[in-house]
Amino acid sequence: MTAITHHTPDALLAAYATGSLPHAYALVVAAHISLCLECRAAYEAHQAGGGAVLEVVEAEAVSGGLKSRVFDLLDAPYTPQPTFSRSGVYPGPIMEALKGKPPSWKSLGLGVRQSILSSGREGSARLLCIPPGQAVPDHSHNGLELTLVLQGSFSDSTGHFGVGDLEIADQDLVHTPTADPGAPCICLAATDAPLRFRSLVPRILQPLFRI
Amino acid sequence: MMHPPSQVSSQTLWMLAVRDRRDRAAFAAMFDHFAPRLKGFIMRSGTGSGQAEEIVQDVMLTVWRKAAQFDPARAQVSAWIYQIARNRQIDVIRKENRPLPEELGEAPEAEPDASQVLALEQEAAQLQQALARLKPDQREIIERAYLGELTHQEISTQTGLPLGTIKSRIRLGLERLRHELKELR
Ligand SMILES: [Zn+2]
Repeated sequence: MTAITHHTPDALLAAYATGSLPHAYALVVAAHISLCLECRAAYEAHQAGGGAVLEVVEAEAVSGGLKSRVFDLLDAPYTPQPTFSRSGVYPGPIMEALKGKPPSWKSLGLGVRQSILSSGREGSARLLCIPPGQAVPDHSHNGLELTLVLQGSFSDSTGHFGVGDLEIADQDLVHTPTADPGAPCICLAATDAPLRFRSLVPRILQPLFRI
Repeated sequence: MMHPPSQVSSQTLWMLAVRDRRDRAAFAAMFDHFAPRLKGFIMRSGTGSGQAEEIVQDVMLTVWRKAAQFDPARAQVSAWIYQIARNRQIDVIRKENRPLPEELGEAPEAEPDASQVLALEQEAAQLQQALARLKPDQREIIERAYLGELTHQEISTQTGLPLGTIKSRIRLGLERLRHELKELR
């Protein structure tokens, strides 16, 4: 496995740390941080920035009963949130999005498969599995598209992306990511709008498969 | 003039007492320090007093329950609590769980590396001073960013806070933790 060379840009990490990223993007950034010590350190540095603000923000007196209510609950039984750890090539946040189950793949034709993790007004996140040598259908997108490689690798006009690498594509980039020889390329992709595919077959499939 | 702390802060000592001895007096001191700041912080983004106090209650309970995850070689108490508070706010507002990175594992029980902890505190103190020295309008933008009031498009390539040195320091703490976890396995 080679080292990660395409990292999360700082503005995106700042937006993630401050909680202003839409869910689908936040999932990709959380998954990248799970794989990358460098970006984890940058993310935690932004938490330190948040801590500095928390220390100087204007305080509001809390009501008299709050402290005793909290103390009364210290020993109360509670159910901890389930935590999801890495399984195979999928880091914890993706396993959480999969609800702990393996992805349910749907064929998109051309050997490409996808598994939708979330889809809503704010954007969508999906896993894509692309056989070696196969291109993701030529597509453009309305806004920012984030793609994180989980297995194998792909290349396009902007470079080569291996496991842990994050590609940031803005709306102006029309690119043709092609899976490299070797294991099928599995990646997590997030967009803030439905992907628009250019080739004919995928466009016909689009409404059926919620691309 | 810089006045770097020469010893570990009270916040860190309280948090370690809570983590290692479940010390209620230390937790009470933490509550007195952080609860009003948390409430002010949460109300800044438009949440009413009652709901803000519910969130403060959840955050302080999480601090107590997840104390074992606190690692002073990686985070200041205020940074750790900041993240818990933002997570809780987002979960409440969006009614969905915010995606979070996988935990690396709990910091081993052993005595923390005092020089690393102190160096991190010094970096954090310098960050506070840098924030205090900013022009009011610049400081306002940074506060709004960390309060979650800016959209991701509004957050430019840099927030204006010098985070490079604290990032290198946190990275040392992360590498140390990863090394220790590897030895445990
Ligand atoms: Zn990275």
